[in-house]
Amino acid sequence: MAVISAPLARSNGRELSRAGATAVLVYRNYLVYRRGWIFFVTGFLEPVFYLLSIGIGVGKLIPSFDIGGQVVPYADFVAPGMLAASAMNGAVFDTTFNVFFRLKYQKLYDQILATPRTPADVARGEISWALLRGGIYSAAFLLVMTALGMVHSWWAVLALPAALLIGFAFAGICMALTTWMTSWQDFEYITLGTLPLFLFSATFFPPSAFPTWLRWVVECTPLYRGVVLCRELTTGHVGWASLISVIYLAVLGLIGTRIVSRRLASLLLT
Amino acid sequence: MSGSTTVPAPQPLDRGSGPRMTWRLLDYWATVYKRTWRGSIINSFVSPILYVVAMGVLLGGFVKADPAKLDGAHSYLAFVVPGMLSAQTMQVAIGETTYPVMGGIKWHKSYFAMLATPLRVADIVLANLGFAIFRIGSSAAVFVLVMAPFGVFTSVPGALAAFVIQLLLGLAFAAPIFAYSSVLKDEGGFSIIYRLLMIPLFLFSGAFFPLSNLPAPLEAIAVCSPLWQGVDLARMATLGTWHAGTALVHIVYLVVLAALGTWLAIRGLTRRMVK
Repeated sequence: MAVISAPLARSNGRELSRAGATAVLVYRNYLVYRRGWIFFVTGFLEPVFYLLSIGIGVGKLIPSFDIGGQVVPYADFVAPGMLAASAMNGAVFDTTFNVFFRLKYQKLYDQILATPRTPADVARGEISWALLRGGIYSAAFLLVMTALGMVHSWWAVLALPAALLIGFAFAGICMALTTWMTSWQDFEYITLGTLPLFLFSATFFPPSAFPTWLRWVVECTPLYRGVVLCRELTTGHVGWASLISVIYLAVLGLIGTRIVSRRLASLLLT
Repeated sequence: MSGSTTVPAPQPLDRGSGPRMTWRLLDYWATVYKRTWRGSIINSFVSPILYVVAMGVLLGGFVKADPAKLDGAHSYLAFVVPGMLSAQTMQVAIGETTYPVMGGIKWHKSYFAMLATPLRVADIVLANLGFAIFRIGSSAAVFVLVMAPFGVFTSVPGALAAFVIQLLLGLAFAAPIFAYSSVLKDEGGFSIIYRLLMIPLFLFSGAFFPLSNLPAPLEAIAVCSPLWQGVDLARMATLGTWHAGTALVHIVYLVVLAALGTWLAIRGLTRRMVK
């Protein structure tokens, strides 16, 4: 606790700015994870394992796919899907299991709200941490993709902010949902929501595999928008239509953050 | 009378020889399952079926490979189903012998409560493994029944054999993982099991693609994986392509793993709990 209070003491009792208040919680999470670096490193390996297994192993069984007229090997089709899916999974993990534990058992937010911090500071702090962690994984994954020759365009540098945007959308929504959870059993519903998204959001195969009506449903899901956005960026098929995905994900994240602030206020301050 | 009462010396408990009390824990596990079965539905029934639909049916629609490249399977779906079945068995086995075992030792300490009765460590381990086998068996049975209408089994005995193989494969995972959990000091060690053992085995043990698609050095490693032993056995059963010699090697491998794991689990838990 002494270390955590250090940045507060440095402010000489002045009110922290929004950014400063956010940074305190991010710094706190960094201190916790410094002791569990093994969790940090192994979290990065999972999407890489999927990429190598599905992309290269299964890829040998599948002819190349056509993306906007450009023929790419199956592995290059799957890789941006894995990037988007791992951005989602990382954000979901950080803002469900971890937030639930801190909210219900550790009472971390009760402690924070006993100081001049607000529920919105907590929401911004936790979501920023999820994004920071996810951003490091995404950057590392993009480097692996580049090293394996799976990146076809300079637009790919924007795939990192795109992954952060996916993380933002899911972190906001999932942290909001977590405030309604009552027991660990409720996390089954999170799995029930994210697993179909992971498997059916055109991550592993093009949406042409679906009948038309189902295709419409799939195209409206947030992960699908993220997968398509990442795929457009790594293959260089960017257009004005890509902005739809960007706006959609940003709005989702903002709504989530807003709900979290309100819910934390009603749960912990009344 | 007062003052002359002799207190009988405490008698050592007759814990008998051999795990003959194991079945006494049946009602304990039945109670546990009555309270937790809802949570197990999604993990052990819904997710594998979603995987089969996504990978087998939809992704499989894009696979253009002749049966020779798919270990003799006539379709990618038929290839991937025994793989997914075995992968599910591994996941259920690991799930039942990691956090629940740590809970019994450290969090709710139910193992200590059991040990305070005439039950012995071996009884506790065997009853726990027995429950794991029940969970593996019921998940595998549902999986086999749901997959039957997809036409992926060549014969009824083949489907039954694939089911029985899951029990052996499950024990070959549950027992050694139990042994590992019994000596682990805190739950941090489980993320190593999940991320560095379970996921790589899931992805590289021939469940999704033939091992021959791997580079030669990796293929040599993958052949040694216990999941591959189960996947190959289950695939022989569902496709009806038995090779007696190979099957025998797989079975012996899994039996040795299960027996060694059980012995180590009993030894590990005894050292941890009986001082």
